[in-house]
Amino acid sequence: MDDPVFWHRLQFGFTATFHYLFPQLTMGLALLIAILKGQGLRTGEARYHDAARFWIRIFGLNFLIGVVTGIPLEFQFGTNWAAFSRSTGPVIGHTLAMEGVFAFFLESSFLALLVFGERRVSARVHFAASVALFLGTWLSGFFIVATNAFMQHPEGYRLAADGTYVLDGFWSYVLSGWAIAEYLHVMAATVVTAAFVMAAVGAFWALAGLFPDVAKLNLKLGAYAGAIASMLVAFPTGDSQAKLVARHQPVALAAMEGRFESGPRAGLNLIGQPNVSAGKVENAIRVPGILSVLAFGSVEHDVRGLTDFPKESWPPNVELLYYAFHIMAGLGTLMILVMLVAAFLQWRGRLFAARGWLWVLMLSFPAPYIATIAGWTAAELGRQPWIVYGLMKTDQGVSPTVHAGMTLFTTLGFAGVYLALGLLFVMLVTQEIRHGPPEARPLPEPGARLAPEPPAPKPEPPSGIPAPAGPLTRRR
Amino acid sequence: MAELWFWMVAVMIALYVVLDGFDFGAGALHLFVARRDAERRQVLAAVGPWWDGNEVWLLAGGGTLLVAFPAVIAAGFSSFYLAMFLVLWVLILRAVGLELRSHVEHPLWRSLFDVAFFVASALLPVLLGAALGNVLRGVPLDATGFFALPLFTSFRTTRELGVLDWFTVSTGVFALVATAAHGANFLAWRTTGEVRARARRASKVLLPVLFLLWPAMTLATWAVRPGLFRDFVGRPAGWAFFGLALAGILAAEWAARRENDLVAFLGSAAWLLGLLAAIAASVYPVMLPSTLDASFSLTAPGAMAPVAGLKIALAWWCLGLPLSLVYGVVLARIHKDRVPPPAEGSHGY
Repeated sequence: MDDPVFWHRLQFGFTATFHYLFPQLTMGLALLIAILKGQGLRTGEARYHDAARFWIRIFGLNFLIGVVTGIPLEFQFGTNWAAFSRSTGPVIGHTLAMEGVFAFFLESSFLALLVFGERRVSARVHFAASVALFLGTWLSGFFIVATNAFMQHPEGYRLAADGTYVLDGFWSYVLSGWAIAEYLHVMAATVVTAAFVMAAVGAFWALAGLFPDVAKLNLKLGAYAGAIASMLVAFPTGDSQAKLVARHQPVALAAMEGRFESGPRAGLNLIGQPNVSAGKVENAIRVPGILSVLAFGSVEHDVRGLTDFPKESWPPNVELLYYAFHIMAGLGTLMILVMLVAAFLQWRGRLFAARGWLWVLMLSFPAPYIATIAGWTAAELGRQPWIVYGLMKTDQGVSPTVHAGMTLFTTLGFAGVYLALGLLFVMLVTQEIRHGPPEARPLPEPGARLAPEPPAPKPEPPSGIPAPAGPLTRRR
Repeated sequence: MAELWFWMVAVMIALYVVLDGFDFGAGALHLFVARRDAERRQVLAAVGPWWDGNEVWLLAGGGTLLVAFPAVIAAGFSSFYLAMFLVLWVLILRAVGLELRSHVEHPLWRSLFDVAFFVASALLPVLLGAALGNVLRGVPLDATGFFALPLFTSFRTTRELGVLDWFTVSTGVFALVATAAHGANFLAWRTTGEVRARARRASKVLLPVLFLLWPAMTLATWAVRPGLFRDFVGRPAGWAFFGLALAGILAAEWAARRENDLVAFLGSAAWLLGLLAAIAASVYPVMLPSTLDASFSLTAPGAMAPVAGLKIALAWWCLGLPLSLVYGVVLARIHKDRVPPPAEGSHGY
């Protein structure tokens, strides 16, 4: 209880997990919005703009919560991990500062234009704003992943005389093999999240008989993007990530797979519970030889087990690491199946009427969130006990003057603040989904950019769902 | 190299204060200069497109500090632990109060978020001003490069230091008045109608108050850290920035009386920039002074990261700074017109 390292890790883990619920949607959604806007520009069909308008509102809410929960993470480098920052700041500070300079300035400059500016600028400029947000969010993701990749597999650094780490090769730092593999894996996963959310909203509207034009579009784009992206998450991006773990973090791979003994023809545990004290996986269903193939490309390749490594080098929580990894991989496989069926039905033109599969799509939107959290948990637990793999132990990185009680106190504070943020978010997103796509308004004449808008006609309440009663509704 | 990076960090922090300062000021005056719902939305629409980009200067400045002076980040952030989390939570409150207010049309909801935006916007300059006060007064840094500081003790500036004492609370209140005057000038420049008229009146009151408080604050700083002024006297850059600040506040006073809103805003911006730069010129090379022993103070050359990495940072900064200025110009062009009160039922802030 009074070990500050535990509380620092819990705080960072909790605040980072909560934060990443939002960017994982905004990054993927930014791509899908740019596609919708581009299609709208190309075909001139209103339904693309209607769908984009709805998703931009969802994007705006997610972006806001992402911004305000992201800043605490940057602060924690200094407040909770001061020794780590002092040693590695001259390396990781580059990507953290570059995220602000190259990504955040871009995003913040065009966000208001994207969210509120559709009627002030031409369709082309509004499309350009969506592309700017797509570039900004994906750049932002890159700088964070490059920072994390340094912690997973440091490259491009050198040890200075005063014991700090210095950036030596800029490109080998930001474009390390680990950074590229991790980035592609992570970004493909953000598209999966956005596709599942888009398809789920489309499925809900289709089942409820609401906004059929936009619902069909959501289902189409969600199913196709989801099918492509969920396969990309597994292969080649997940596969290359796994091979890097096998090569550079063999002890983490052994723990993720619950492999205790070394040897060739290593089997893959599909299911089973690791029993660390007994050194085995209980009730295992194992496919022989597959782990050797997945990790090293050959059945005969030796895959080392945990007992091959000194116990101090084991990740401290083998069980959680094992479960997190298996949840990620299992859900990832299920998501491919869900989206392949959906894409097939869509291709045959039957998805909109396939009520059974619409239910599946509507209810499976949490799956990518859970898989993503589990994947990050596996990556970060697998890195332990290192804060920078092979260079610096996690317990060497904490702030020397911060007591465990202070961190527990601020963690509880975050729990309260984030509960309130989460409730606000759910309430406002529910309101948006209930209202559906904001109705199209004609583009203004040039020169009338800031003229007061005409009052919107009161829309008929959508059928099939009771009109929201009382004054607690958004003005449209 | 140390001097260059010291000034890069100083300029970025000063820019952050000038830019987010008008957001703080607009928020602190929000309840008073805007009474009706449409007027409140007008204020939010005036700062809405800007606040997020302005806040990025804080992150970019923090990131630059981490690259160039990691020991300063490590000592400052971890030793001001609780105060830092207070700043974080209030930053969250400000953003949420501003952005979520108009999502629900109900007078109670909107009042709640108006008050949240007001409280957060008024608290942030107090907290950040108090932080500057701590940096000026000094902290009990020891040989480890860290310190422990309670939130408050006896409110005296000698022995038993606390984050809050009479001096740092005064710098906080001074910062609130300064950003409120700056925010009033911003709103006077960016809005129309009743809001502009009230913002102009606020500016005409706040600028003279600021002009009177400034020498008082200077005397207080003299009392707490006399060495600062001995160094200042011998530094031409300090005098130049002091001249900029003086010219800025005089221009702001003059322009505010003539209702030349843009000049008044630029004047208060120049005053903030000049004052902070003059302070930076006086404290150089000390970034975080120790009250225990001057040899424990964190100085720019002492705390600087090795030069090799900083050359790389200089390269990408030379690319990034013009880009961020281009974005700023684009943003200013998109929002070049004054913000009128929004029409009933329109979508937006």
